[in-house]
Amino acid sequence: MERSIVSDGDKMYRITHKEELCETVKLFDIEAPLIAKNFKPGQFLIVRIDETGERIPLTIVDTDRINGTVRIIFQEVGKTTKKLGMLRPGDTLQDVTGPLGKPAEIEKFGKVVCVGGGVGVAPLYPQAKAFKEAGNEVISILGARRKELIILEDEIRKVSDRVYITTNDGSYGRKGFVSDVLRELLEKEKFDRVVTIGPAVMMMAVAMVTKPHNVKTIASLNAIMVDGTGMCGACRVTVGGETKFTCVDGPDFDAHLVDFRELMERQKMYISEEIRATEAYKEELESALLSVYSLLKQRKG
Amino acid sequence: MPIIKEKTKMKEQDPKERIHNFYEVALGYSPEEALREADRCLQCKNAPCIKGCPVNIDIPGFIKLIKDGKFDEAIQKIKEKNNLPGITGRVCPQEEQCEKYCTMGKKFEPVGIGRLERFVSDWETKKGIKLPEKPVPTGKKVAIVGSGPAGLTCAGDLAKLGHSVTIFESLHKPGGVLIYGIPEFRLPKKIVENEVNYIKKLGVEIKTDVVVGKTITLEELLDEYDAIFIGTGAGLPRFLGIPGENLNGVYSANEFLTRVNLMKAYRFPEYDTPVKKGKRVAVIGAGNVAMDSARTALRLGAEKVYIVYRRSEKEMPARNEEIEHAKEEGVEFLLLTTPVRITGDENYWVKQMKCIKMKLGEPDESGRRRPIPIEGSEFEIDVDLIIIAIGQRPNPLIPQTVKGLKTTKWGTIEVDENGRTSLDRVWAGGDIATGAATVIAAMGAGKRAAADIHKYLKTGE
Ligand SMILES: Cc1cc2nc3c(=O)[nH]c(=O)nc-3n(C[C@H](O)[C@H](O)[C@H](O)COP(=O)(O)OP(=O)(O)OC[C@H]3O[C@@H](n4cnc5c(N)ncnc54)[C@H](O)[C@@H]3O)c2cc1C
Ligand code: SF4
Ligand code: FES
Repeated sequence: MERSIVSDGDKMYRITHKEELCETVKLFDIEAPLIAKNFKPGQFLIVRIDETGERIPLTIVDTDRINGTVRIIFQEVGKTTKKLGMLRPGDTLQDVTGPLGKPAEIEKFGKVVCVGGGVGVAPLYPQAKAFKEAGNEVISILGARRKELIILEDEIRKVSDRVYITTNDGSYGRKGFVSDVLRELLEKEKFDRVVTIGPAVMMMAVAMVTKPHNVKTIASLNAIMVDGTGMCGACRVTVGGETKFTCVDGPDFDAHLVDFRELMERQKMYISEEIRATEAYKEELESALLSVYSLLKQRKG
Repeated sequence: MPIIKEKTKMKEQDPKERIHNFYEVALGYSPEEALREADRCLQCKNAPCIKGCPVNIDIPGFIKLIKDGKFDEAIQKIKEKNNLPGITGRVCPQEEQCEKYCTMGKKFEPVGIGRLERFVSDWETKKGIKLPEKPVPTGKKVAIVGSGPAGLTCAGDLAKLGHSVTIFESLHKPGGVLIYGIPEFRLPKKIVENEVNYIKKLGVEIKTDVVVGKTITLEELLDEYDAIFIGTGAGLPRFLGIPGENLNGVYSANEFLTRVNLMKAYRFPEYDTPVKKGKRVAVIGAGNVAMDSARTALRLGAEKVYIVYRRSEKEMPARNEEIEHAKEEGVEFLLLTTPVRITGDENYWVKQMKCIKMKLGEPDESGRRRPIPIEGSEFEIDVDLIIIAIGQRPNPLIPQTVKGLKTTKWGTIEVDENGRTSLDRVWAGGDIATGAATVIAAMGAGKRAAADIHKYLKTGE
């Protein structure tokens, strides 16, 4: 018999699996059966690690409905993601809410280009997979600063007809940017849709490249969020001159209409606080290490 | 006994002190003060005060018990009608409800009914809460969506009648506006937690982190539960629609208050969520939400806080007490003024707000005089933080995702006087049905729906 949908929503978001994709990028599978059940590609969840934690949005990369787990991939940048990265299988998270946001528009369009940068390749993967399953020809372009930071290459290859790779320093694939490859492809071929996920500057460059070719381009925006349910407006963005909430109206929007400058500035809103929190966290870790060290020394002595 | 004309004063933190902390401003009555205030009640036979109470508490009844020193019985008397007295005693607009109709108020100051309610509730909390006897289980299951005052009340009442009740809440903490909106210094979160725990002890199960419409659908809930109550509130913030509104340093009141109250940003970096602390802050609007935002900004360290409101003092929708508190604390009121444009610096940060002066014209549909801009009266103020508190709309998530659920043109869910919606087995109440209103109105709606749900579960009608 299928388990009751509601009774297994019990608050125990246990990490069942962890992988280190590269030094600063980690992968977790987390028990969250209700989210796994209702997830559609393009949706995200909100995580809060512990009682004093903040709520951060992370895209759902994959789900395992049988085991009731969801997969997230994140890059360690600030205190919260660093703290998250320290957790191990068996540990639990205080809160996981989702699936949030509108699902990506997945249809048979024809030829679809998926352009992902850095850790943005993670949320791109479920979309590429869904596009392939819907019968599209999928061309993927992945970019990162250097070789070690290219993630999910094998997975992307499995769901793509062609894959191009770029690195800023040329340590892998082509030296340069994803938008360079895209520009060249657009000159030779016709595409029906472009989907891009990554840093805002990259998505802006992609939008600028596709605009003259009139290819519908969808960007998945990574605005700062609090609740993720449309309650606060922290995530507002301007799209086609109108204010939209990324968490409920998005996260996917027509990239040709998005005010990327505004998005980038809004993403910087808490930079000074982030630095302060990260510094304080480092000190906390260091003093914890020191006390362990002195304890060990005492024992020896 | 001579008549005491004035309400017994309640001790408060000194304004100079309190603007530096988040502790509660009003400190409550001592037993002596409560006895003295209870003595002012005339025990009117017709008890006009009860008519002003949206949940019909037996006011002279509980005041009499206080008079007789039976505080434990007094709180039980209140709890016959009101599951959350510690909250309503603090945040109800009594001056427009019970106290407005109080006979004493005709000539003198009305009896401090709210203060007495708060006193007995705090008394009980200190002593340990007594639970009613366990009811016989009915075997019926009810799902409640949203854990604000409407949902909590509905849940509590149904649990007392023996139904098995589960609340689904999208945020990580139950309480709705009580936990994310109303600040600590007006309603300590400990009080809300106590009241929520009381509801849990009645047997109600609360599942947080569940966004109905996303994590589970209403249809899925209907498969498992005999009845559903929707109390999802008015959580959608309104913006002004003026240029510059998306600059850094412009918050909706909801975001600002959620960061501070729910996420405890005032204790950053001990708590991870940051909030911008402005030096010169403008709060747009003059309701309770605006006063809460202004006073929170002060406590975070602002040097100057303005309330910018397009009508005059008389029309301000906030409770008088809150306006008084804001004034005592040094908030400056720019009345008959409305912002027209926000300008930023080269880093996309708020720098200035351009406003225009207004005058009041003919009354509009709401009966309030319509504000009209005075041409050529524009002026600018320097600000580094703007908080927009001009109201909230009903939460659209459920109305948007549920087929067949009728809504009004304001986006509220259509209900009859018992809270029944256009969908079979689905009730709704509180701000989601009325638009942003009051805690006690939401509780009243939760109560009426609970009674009707009970009737339905018993009789099938
Ligand atoms: C800052 C502020 C100050 C106020 N001050 C006062 C005051 O002094 N006195 C007074 O009487 N009133 C005051 N009010 C108004 C009062 O708080 C509201 O009228 C009252 O809380 C409404 O109760 P409710 O239960 O309908 O909704 P809410 O309290 O809004 O609760 C709704 C709950 O439902 C949850 N929810 C929403 N959608 C979903 C979903 N899809 N699935 C699951 N859960 C969901 C929300 O997260 C929330 O917890 C104030 C409001 C604010 C914002
Ligand atoms: S109207 Fe006032 S004086 Fe009369 S019973 Fe009510 S509280 Fe007491
Ligand atoms: S995160 Fe609060 S509205 Fe989008």
